[in-house]
Amino acid sequence: MSQDPQRHLSKQIQQIPRSGIRDFFELVLGRDDVISLGVGEPDFASPWHIREAAIYSLERGETSYTSNLGLLSLREEIARYVAKHFDLRYDPKSEVLITVGVSEAIDLAFRALLNPGDEVIYHEPCYVSYHPSITLAYGVPVRISALPEDDFSLRAASVEAAITPKTRALMLNFPTNPTGATIARKELEAIAELAVAHDLIVLSDEIYSELRYDDTEHTSIATLPGMKERTIFLHGFSKYFAMTGFRIGYACAPPVLTEAMMKIHQYSMLCAPITSQIAATEALRHGEGPAQEMHQAYTNRRNLLLSRFREAGIPCFAPGGAFYAFPDIRATGMTSQAFAKQLLDEESVACVPGDAFGPTGEGFLRCCYAASTESLREATKRIGRFYQSHL
Amino acid sequence: MNPLLDLLKKDARQSPAELAELLGRDAAAVAQEIAALEADGIIMGYSAILDPERHEPNRVTAMIEVRLSPERGGGFDRTAKRIAAFPQVTSCYLMSGSYDLLVMVEGDDLREVARFVSETLSTMNGILSTATHFQLKTYKAHGILQANETEDKRLPVSP
Repeated sequence: MSQDPQRHLSKQIQQIPRSGIRDFFELVLGRDDVISLGVGEPDFASPWHIREAAIYSLERGETSYTSNLGLLSLREEIARYVAKHFDLRYDPKSEVLITVGVSEAIDLAFRALLNPGDEVIYHEPCYVSYHPSITLAYGVPVRISALPEDDFSLRAASVEAAITPKTRALMLNFPTNPTGATIARKELEAIAELAVAHDLIVLSDEIYSELRYDDTEHTSIATLPGMKERTIFLHGFSKYFAMTGFRIGYACAPPVLTEAMMKIHQYSMLCAPITSQIAATEALRHGEGPAQEMHQAYTNRRNLLLSRFREAGIPCFAPGGAFYAFPDIRATGMTSQAFAKQLLDEESVACVPGDAFGPTGEGFLRCCYAASTESLREATKRIGRFYQSHL
Repeated sequence: MNPLLDLLKKDARQSPAELAELLGRDAAAVAQEIAALEADGIIMGYSAILDPERHEPNRVTAMIEVRLSPERGGGFDRTAKRIAAFPQVTSCYLMSGSYDLLVMVEGDDLREVARFVSETLSTMNGILSTATHFQLKTYKAHGILQANETEDKRLPVSP
């Protein structure tokens, strides 16, 4: 009799289901005829000045470890950037931690904060790592829905309804991957009041905050009264500066929280790669112009995508941020999975089924418009044709 | 910068309807704005960008530094305009620094460009000296790199 090969695995890891994105990824893999709107990253290579700075640092032999917190020069640039763009002031010596992407920072934060059984409230549809990161840190994920009728924004009332005596933290992500949703300042203020009243820590993933459209405002919750001391502000270089492969994110938080996260980071990661940290420093020093050009390109593509969906009669709210649109395919009566799989089979277009990001995404599709206009034109033509023929 | 001009500079062959989709505007209004920009002379023309290494690879391009004596009243303008009017001259700029005009000249072969410089340009009134530099290899022209970057290497689906 064969023994269960899973028996060596921890209960924690066994609890975590396979990512819905991975399943879909494997369907697409190996097909080279596919137009993909299924990616979660810019289609631009990192701007040349950033790549050149990385190359130059290698030529100079900068290949060592850095401080566990990260290069002080980068932390100083981050403190300046965050002060200028978010009106938040952090001490680069004790309140900024450079991580390997925001994903690592989220993992560190949960591991630093949670005791077994502590509850963390998160809103979905959301980025795929939140739920498993909470589970891996022995926390209990408490899911609340950002609803289609609210254009997938979050209501403070939903947060309030989920708070229990065991609630330790709240995970926020605006603008949101996968919906592109943003949140109004008033709602954010009400959420902040709840966090203060219930002594919650807030993890605020603001990785898409520069990528906003139609004059949508962005407020970091950390700027609201009583919030800086209880917020872990999370940001990185992947999206706005198109540096996904460099893997640089950062967390800004009060010294005690930063120190706690650094403790884990120093033993698991030691430090983020120095080449990437130098590239990130260059991005903050001279990257605003090239980043704004990319932002302009996303603006144009978003217009294109939304107008094509409108023409095809596919309902889709105008997302205020990120580079995703989240069209509503419920009129076809198909599940997101069935729609996405058939769309791939019949029209060779890859979009990610909305339920891969949480149950509230069922009936929706994530379409990333960080793709060339030619690809977007062809893909939307095919999506429109497919949608019409399945009504 | 005007977002419409930004898009046209990248690809002038996009139709008003296509541009309108990218700008979130009405196609007729975009067509009207283009017509106005053309009438105004802000859009001076449209042309194809050719790969110089493959299209007429034997064609010769030279950059000529020209020093000339300014005229009372007219400065460099009169002579510069006379030089610029030659069809061989593709660009002509007044420069700061150690020479006055930078003149770009194209010809079918070396001899043709050399003849233009020695027989036409150098002998014009007011020309003090010329220094001719022949272009050997193109790495980037019109903002386009000769060696293209690798195509999209992203995973087809990612979170």
